[in-house]
Amino acid sequence: MARPDGRRGRLTFALPVHTIRHLPTLTQPLAVLQASSRLLSLSSVDLAIIVLYFIAVLGIGFYLKRYTKTGEDFFLAGREMTAWIAGLSFLAANLGSLELMGWAGAAYQYGILAAHWYWVGAIPAMLLLAIVMIPFYYISKTHSVPGYLMLRYGEPARALSAFSFGFMTVLMSGINMYAMAVVLQVVLGWDISLSIWVSSITVAVYVGLGGLLSAIFNEVLQFMLIWLGALLVSIIGLVEAGGWNGMVARIHANYPGQDFTHLWRTMGSFTANPMGIHWVAIVFGLGVFISMGYWTTDFLVVQRVISAKDLRSAKLAPIIGAAFKMCVPFIVILPGLLGLAFLPKGFLVAENATSVLHPFKYDYVLPIMMGRYFGPGLLGLGITALIAGFMSGMAGNVSAFSTVWTYDIYRAIFRKNASDAHYVSVGRWCTILGVLVSIGTAYLVMSFKSIMDYVQALFSFFIAPLFGTVLLGMMWKRTTPAGGFWGLLAGTTSSIGMFLWVKHDPTALRYIALSPNAKDMAENMFRALWSGLICVTVTVVVSLLTKPKPESELAGLVYGCTKIPSEGNLPVYKRPIFWAGVVAVVFVAIQIIFW
Amino acid sequence: MHRPGMISIWFFIGALLLIYGILICGAGIFEAATTPTAAAVAQANLRWEGVRNLHIGIWWGGLLIAMGAVYTIKFAPRKGK
Repeated sequence: MARPDGRRGRLTFALPVHTIRHLPTLTQPLAVLQASSRLLSLSSVDLAIIVLYFIAVLGIGFYLKRYTKTGEDFFLAGREMTAWIAGLSFLAANLGSLELMGWAGAAYQYGILAAHWYWVGAIPAMLLLAIVMIPFYYISKTHSVPGYLMLRYGEPARALSAFSFGFMTVLMSGINMYAMAVVLQVVLGWDISLSIWVSSITVAVYVGLGGLLSAIFNEVLQFMLIWLGALLVSIIGLVEAGGWNGMVARIHANYPGQDFTHLWRTMGSFTANPMGIHWVAIVFGLGVFISMGYWTTDFLVVQRVISAKDLRSAKLAPIIGAAFKMCVPFIVILPGLLGLAFLPKGFLVAENATSVLHPFKYDYVLPIMMGRYFGPGLLGLGITALIAGFMSGMAGNVSAFSTVWTYDIYRAIFRKNASDAHYVSVGRWCTILGVLVSIGTAYLVMSFKSIMDYVQALFSFFIAPLFGTVLLGMMWKRTTPAGGFWGLLAGTTSSIGMFLWVKHDPTALRYIALSPNAKDMAENMFRALWSGLICVTVTVVVSLLTKPKPESELAGLVYGCTKIPSEGNLPVYKRPIFWAGVVAVVFVAIQIIFW
Repeated sequence: MHRPGMISIWFFIGALLLIYGILICGAGIFEAATTPTAAAVAQANLRWEGVRNLHIGIWWGGLLIAMGAVYTIKFAPRKGK
């Protein structure tokens, strides 16, 4: 998921030359702390916990290989997942360690505004996926999002979507891998290459052996570890602060005149909040196009949902995910706020402000708070949570890449009629290939760090337009194959065009983001809004000018042509729509509480 | 998911949590029972001073043991299932 600065679940780093071993108190001079080669030291118990984790995930992969024989097993986990397993996996695939650390850092930088990416930037989209879109993904029996585009719009739309998704997924995976390795180097003093190879080979082994089944099982394990490892920071932090009010008072004392603890009341103008963003961009850019594009069309997450055992489970899975997603700020945003309350002002700085005197970036706030509170054993659990998060995100990337490459590129273009066993074999090799390309990307980024910004931006180019294309395809019978393809292409190219325009001429920001005071994140939100609207407009216009498919070909794909099973025979408390309503009410209550 | 003979993922999770709980609780007890060395005192000064009095390792480790035991027993593979 995109960060406020437009980056999707990753951190950016400049390697500090000097790092410190211990954490400072407010009274301790920072210079005293610059001495040793790493921030935290692990005990033998901590190391044992980390090693046990690696043994467990590999053991699960080896164990599940015997249950992964067919393509349906390998690529869709046999479509046998319960709602809980699919829901937790759906969330865990998104909850990478870089997501954890990056968003904790964003909270340290921007305050509670960062929680928008977990609430308005996620919950409505997840509920839309559950109630409106899942029936079409599930009933069409597609194996992927590009697969749905092929059924609805034909090969050109599938090819455009499959190549862009496959390419960008492994690149993103490599960037995340590099960023994680740098964290482990800075925090623990671990060698970057060792971290990259050990963690990625582990993922390659367990996903290659057990496919999506193994990825999902491990994601549930990783989800538990992430929560159990990170939750304590917030609990102990609130104890130290004397509760929420105590923490807010400390933040106000440290940063007088600045508001880091309200969600909406500072969003009336670009200059009134630390993010330099307006509520229009948050609601329509983030809440509509970016979040709905990501949560409803990014195959990395959708794949987990369509692996559910029946339609009701598939609809419940994103709702369960949404319920937990609403709680994630407690383990991600709150540590960032606690950092504002307890860390010395200026201890963490922006990436471009790091120096010998200030080596630590905002993104390190979560491991730093772990070091502040955790003793032997608990620190190992905390670091395991970060590694587990990274591996769940990477496994999500490579399993989705493997499926899209095998079904939507290899089978569609190179070999249409091979045996099921052949495609499973290709899927296993693709997993290894995906990991190797990711490792290559990690080393490439190590040499040319500016690549990161372009790749991140490139990924975002596809999200907003794809949402418009898929939603129109599902909801409007009149949408034609030509309309879908040209709309997607126009939305994507216009997004790239706007990005290049602002790169070439920064004053263009006043046109893209509607204000010369807008900051980078506002530009990203507005760019998504415009590219989504362009996609929808072009799709509608071209569709009206071209011949639609007959309704008989739209069965199972489009609203009005698809018989969706009624849930009227179920008790109210078993209906997905009921639980979606409960989540929606809690979501609104949270917005009011933190208004 | 349920396939004949397949061990539930919750069993794996329970077993790992149980082992983690024992390790973390043990480390917490050891930390509480030993007198801090000069080095440890120095390190504690760099952290929140009150954290040592909370004995977090013991009760969080205990929580993991309880959770792990429940999951391990409830989802243990059994003959005939």
